[in-house]
Amino acid sequence: MEAFLHQVFSGLATGGIYASLALALVMIYQSTNHINFAQGEMAMFSTYLAWSMINGGMPYWWAFLLTVLVSFVVGAAIERIIIRPVEDAPVLSVVTVFIALLVIFNSVAGWIFTYTIKTFPSPFPEQPLFGNRYISSHELGSIAVTLLVLVALYLFFRFTPLGLAMRAAAQNPLSSRLAGIRVGSMLALGWGLAAAVGAVAGLLVAPIVYLEPNMMAGVLLYAFAAALVGGIDNPFGAVLGGFMVGVLENLIGAYVIGTELKLTVALVLIVGVLLFKPSGMFGKVFVSRV
Amino acid sequence: MALLEVTGLHAGYGAADVLRGVSFAVEQGGITAVLGANGAGKTTLLRAVSGMLGRRGSIRFDGQPIEKTATEDIARLGVAHVPDGRGTFLDLTTEENLRIGAYTRKDRTTVAQDLERVFTYFPRLKERRQQQAGTLSGGEQQMLAVSRALMLRPRLLLLDEPSFGLAPLVVQDIFGILRAINAEQGVSVLLVEQNAGLALDLADNAYVLETGQVVMSGTTEAVRSDEAVRRAYLGY
Repeated sequence: MEAFLHQVFSGLATGGIYASLALALVMIYQSTNHINFAQGEMAMFSTYLAWSMINGGMPYWWAFLLTVLVSFVVGAAIERIIIRPVEDAPVLSVVTVFIALLVIFNSVAGWIFTYTIKTFPSPFPEQPLFGNRYISSHELGSIAVTLLVLVALYLFFRFTPLGLAMRAAAQNPLSSRLAGIRVGSMLALGWGLAAAVGAVAGLLVAPIVYLEPNMMAGVLLYAFAAALVGGIDNPFGAVLGGFMVGVLENLIGAYVIGTELKLTVALVLIVGVLLFKPSGMFGKVFVSRV
Repeated sequence: MALLEVTGLHAGYGAADVLRGVSFAVEQGGITAVLGANGAGKTTLLRAVSGMLGRRGSIRFDGQPIEKTATEDIARLGVAHVPDGRGTFLDLTTEENLRIGAYTRKDRTTVAQDLERVFTYFPRLKERRQQQAGTLSGGEQQMLAVSRALMLRPRLLLLDEPSFGLAPLVVQDIFGILRAINAEQGVSVLLVEQNAGLALDLADNAYVLETGQVVMSGTTEAVRSDEAVRRAYLGY
């Protein structure tokens, strides 16, 4: 029982990280109908940035904050400079740009920081908190940070005029412009926020998977699975999907197929959802009359 | 001086121009109607004014040239466009739709006042305040579209076929309120309609558009009494 609970809790911890990255994917998908395949690599690069700052002697939380801020700016800049020119291009061209971004971030990280695996510090104590036996401090801490980020995003989108304008711009760009909303700025802002959320996910997952240029490959797959399970156009679904995928992955890995095959869980989920319920649990079903 | 003055306007969606040298004006505090059949270029005319498509010619709003201005900046000058198809944010609530209309305004008190004001114009919207706008009826969505435009506190209201697809009673309701808004708040109106009788009842001036050109214009009385207009658009 104790082992089972431990699996569930640590599943929730990684699930929260998948949820954050899935949310970043959904945020961009909602406003552009594109999946940013480079989301994971952008998060990985942010993590290296934080690693350099921490190695340079900066306290963890300052490095955390600064990294999130820089990621936001870089994310917005990528939208403005790289994505904007291909905005109206055919889907395949856009996908190519995303893949190019992925490869570029991956190679540049390898070039600057080498492919050697590095440890990444956790800001939380090594001893489990409150003397519990089920969950490590880092896991508990990352659940807390994830929830904080999710709640902050929810409040922002739900209750601020800017959040409302961003939702409006994603939903109906033409009508938004008629109301005086600068849709282009909203898109850049969305990319910035997605990159910032991704950076948080990268920083939280790095102590678990270790820091190396390919560290987000698996995480991104799980995040895809999470977003698809929840419904690619539904932020709440993506978050819930993230936690579900995290727990499922751990339980199936521990009791059914073993840790070596864990990643297949994500792939099976992706293929399964696409085959049997492409809209996911909470996604919008598109019906077209012919 | 006219609030909106358009001279020699050409506009279209690609190779061919839909509008071919259109000139018209909306007086300060006035209501101008543009009549025309399907495909005459009425919707294109409004889209050209708000910069939603490529256009040539001169468009002056309050004396200021806006033919090169972007849509969102034209809106910020005080031009509210109720588009063809109503442009509702279907997944947002009624109130959120209205708040989007007021996005460019920073003063929360007057926005709250205006919210109450549109609710007195259209009590149905107040009942549906927290409801998803996609679940509203066609008439309610048209009320919402007009209200959303009013939340901008516009100086000029562009209306694209506000009567389209609505029951006659709802149409009467909406046109009554448009008249009130014009009279009470001095909002100038540019109205595009297929229902000529309705438009002429509301407007002071009218233009008749045929295949992208103005074929007749004048006060509503003059246009109404024109033999050709009567036969083609009023049907008697």
